[in-house]
Amino acid sequence: METLNVLLMGFISVVLINNLVFTKFLGICPYLGVSGRIDMAFGMGLAVTFVVTLSGTLTWMIDNWILMRFGLEVTRYVCFILVIAGAVQLVEMYLRKFFPPLYDSFGIFLPLITTNCAILGLCLFLHLWEIDSLVEAVVRSFGAGIGFTMAICIMAGIRENLELADVPACLKGAPITLITAGLLTLAFIGFAGMIR
Amino acid sequence: MATNGQGSVGIYRGTLLAGLWRENPVFRLLLGMCPTLAVTAAVKPALTMGCCVIFVLVCSNIVVSLMRNLLRPHLRILMFTLTISTFVTIADLFLKAFQPEMSAALGPYVPLIIVNCIIICRAEACASKNGLAISVIDAVGMGVGFTITLCALAGVRELLATGKLFEANVMPGWFVPWAAMGMPVGAFVTLGLMLGLVNTITGKKN
Repeated sequence: METLNVLLMGFISVVLINNLVFTKFLGICPYLGVSGRIDMAFGMGLAVTFVVTLSGTLTWMIDNWILMRFGLEVTRYVCFILVIAGAVQLVEMYLRKFFPPLYDSFGIFLPLITTNCAILGLCLFLHLWEIDSLVEAVVRSFGAGIGFTMAICIMAGIRENLELADVPACLKGAPITLITAGLLTLAFIGFAGMIR
Repeated sequence: MATNGQGSVGIYRGTLLAGLWRENPVFRLLLGMCPTLAVTAAVKPALTMGCCVIFVLVCSNIVVSLMRNLLRPHLRILMFTLTISTFVTIADLFLKAFQPEMSAALGPYVPLIIVNCIIICRAEACASKNGLAISVIDAVGMGVGFTITLCALAGVRELLATGKLFEANVMPGWFVPWAAMGMPVGAFVTLGLMLGLVNTITGKKN
């Protein structure tokens, strides 16, 4: 019961309170670049969720069971980026084989998941938060992916409507998106007191 | 020969200046948003971050430019990220050793330079196609342009959030700090408005 509680709290914390996009500014580039249509945003979110769960788990295992045991922390960043690049390659091959239309619609954004800061960021935060059980690392990685999907879908929904709004010429495009994102973070501050 | 020399100097100057304004990474190309938003709560961390990015950008551009003839298309991105992560590790260890406070304040955002789009973009768009000299100058221009942008944003935010600049009081006594500017919302809205301002200025010129 105790463990379940910890896991649930960890999940909610990483989805709502420490949401990577709204509080840690991670994954802003795809957030601004891809989130023009809800279905694209959702597909992107799922791809990121898969990669982040896989690479979060793998990097936690490598970090705790190999690097820390043998004092190889210096190579941490190089190892992490290799794992992430490998995971993205895996997703790319899988999508190309089984979902060609989805693969085509992603285009350049798919390999760019490698450089999505949300993924490397989460792997680093797992170390920073001192997560000490594998299950919790998996749950938090998954939660981070869900949090990202949620953020990018909310934004896509708003942007679909923003197309119809009368925005001052100089604020069209990226500026108004950033301001909207700022107002969204205000809403997420409301969750801050829920758990530590 | 003389005109040739003149021409190459002109190219170098053009490359250097492009990073500062015409192709400013943050304002014009919208690259490297994550660190731009995350470390700009105060000027000092922003400046530290900018210096780290200049160092990594210059070093990785040099290496990528030297090995540009050996690159294979499908392994390109992997080679870039491996090169970059090596230099980021160096920068991170340097900060931990000589600037422990700054290192703690920046936290995971120093290793996150690895996935900073500016560096990969410059490796791809410039260093993998050009010689050593152009790559270095391009890296310096882009890096300085990025640092100036960070400091401008951080200056506005620090001034309004705490009434201080470089941790020294500059605002008059009646000034009430805007706490919101120090929070994520301040980062997003300030950057949005600054982008709007830059759009207005360039729009008039055209």
